[in-house]
Amino acid sequence: MRKHRLSTRLWHWINLLALAILFMSGLNISNAHPHLYWGQAGFDPKTAWFNVAHFPGWATIPAHYSLADARWWHILFAWVFAIGLLVFMLVALFNGHLRRDIVTRRKEWRWSEMRADIAAHLRLDFHHGDGKYNFLQKVAYGVVLFIFLPLMIASGMAISPGTDAALPWLVDVFGGRQSARSIHFLVAWGLFGFLVIHVVLVLLSGPARQIGDMITGGRSDEAA
Amino acid sequence: MKRRNVLVGLGASFLAGCSKVADTKPMKKLFAAAENWHRDVQRTLGGRDALAREFSPADISPYFRSNGTSDPGTDSYAAHEASGFADWRLAVTGLVAVPLSLSLAQIRALPQRTQITRHDCVEGWSAIGQWTGPQLKTILDMARLKREARYLVFRCADNLGDGDYYESIDLVDAFHPQTIVAHELNGAPLPVPNGAPLRMRIERQLGYKQAKYLVGIEAVASLDGIAGGKGGYWEDRGYQWYAGI
Repeated sequence: MRKHRLSTRLWHWINLLALAILFMSGLNISNAHPHLYWGQAGFDPKTAWFNVAHFPGWATIPAHYSLADARWWHILFAWVFAIGLLVFMLVALFNGHLRRDIVTRRKEWRWSEMRADIAAHLRLDFHHGDGKYNFLQKVAYGVVLFIFLPLMIASGMAISPGTDAALPWLVDVFGGRQSARSIHFLVAWGLFGFLVIHVVLVLLSGPARQIGDMITGGRSDEAA
Repeated sequence: MKRRNVLVGLGASFLAGCSKVADTKPMKKLFAAAENWHRDVQRTLGGRDALAREFSPADISPYFRSNGTSDPGTDSYAAHEASGFADWRLAVTGLVAVPLSLSLAQIRALPQRTQITRHDCVEGWSAIGQWTGPQLKTILDMARLKREARYLVFRCADNLGDGDYYESIDLVDAFHPQTIVAHELNGAPLPVPNGAPLRMRIERQLGYKQAKYLVGIEAVASLDGIAGGKGGYWEDRGYQWYAGI
């Protein structure tokens, strides 16, 4: 069996494209009212808990300020992202990818084991032992898959007035529409932080082989 | 550094590619399809008559922000304002059996609905206010829509410089219980910045749907041929017609 299944590889790159477009069109949307609030309502920048920077054109889709066009991209790629995640989760659940590679074992949570894995990371030693991913990798992927990505979908839906009428409890989960908007923004940057760490670690651990494996599938598990 | 240049180049061509793709016909069709999927899923999840959340008086925002036109600024509007909108008429025309021309007094005499709702601007902010007015359904029942009618077009007295403001909704939102022709905000006649003397409230959609300075409601079979043909002032300038997203 190859190191990465076809379904994982396909989703990985489709998801990267979707998240890149969602993030960059999201920055364009943020420029329309770069102030964040808590609760249901908020419109006066004086009451904002955070005033967001203005994002330059090279970081946004489209590359000039256009709330209308940014929203078209956001509305379309929300579907690519959400359906992609759903299909990936179902496939990964049934083919054992989640259970075998992502779910941590109890012994990995022992302090001595965790300390050894953290120390190995600090030495830039990325040997995996017997599993496909080491402990910190599993935790990072688990947090992104089960917390960050679903939170983006749920908080994004809670910002939509039509969804608010259909699923009012979803807005309550976040503590109001403006809270959902703030959380949408924070988790988006959390994902950006994941991207940075993810790319840095790929660069430090043999980028040509790592990226190649994510495209072709790589050699078998045993060789990894 | 070379690698940096490659990255910047990749990023720039990604952006250029995006704007090229966005202008193609298939991409525009895909965007429109995505808009419709959102609308259909929202209406399926909550039902066509799902109510927007209503709040308590304690939740009302300290003041209600106005966006877009804050005063139509025409001589005719100024004259109406000076006379307390005594001669303002709301025309109900188009595909109706009984065209109407309603005065404010007639509109106030209809059964009224009061609702405290959250107004969500497409820019991202929200404000909570209390709106009072007759349900649009009451007026449509008086005018009796013809069978061919599929949309309601709202005609407004304001002009944003390059076109008259207008909006449109389908019959699902037209007959929704919270769709009202509001003449009061927070218990007082509508202030000029918020659309005096009449504005629409379509509570499950964004702020630009809430047409202000309302002078006419027109029942139509199609939005083609009305201004830019996209069903609204902002829609003609690229915004989504279904604004529940």
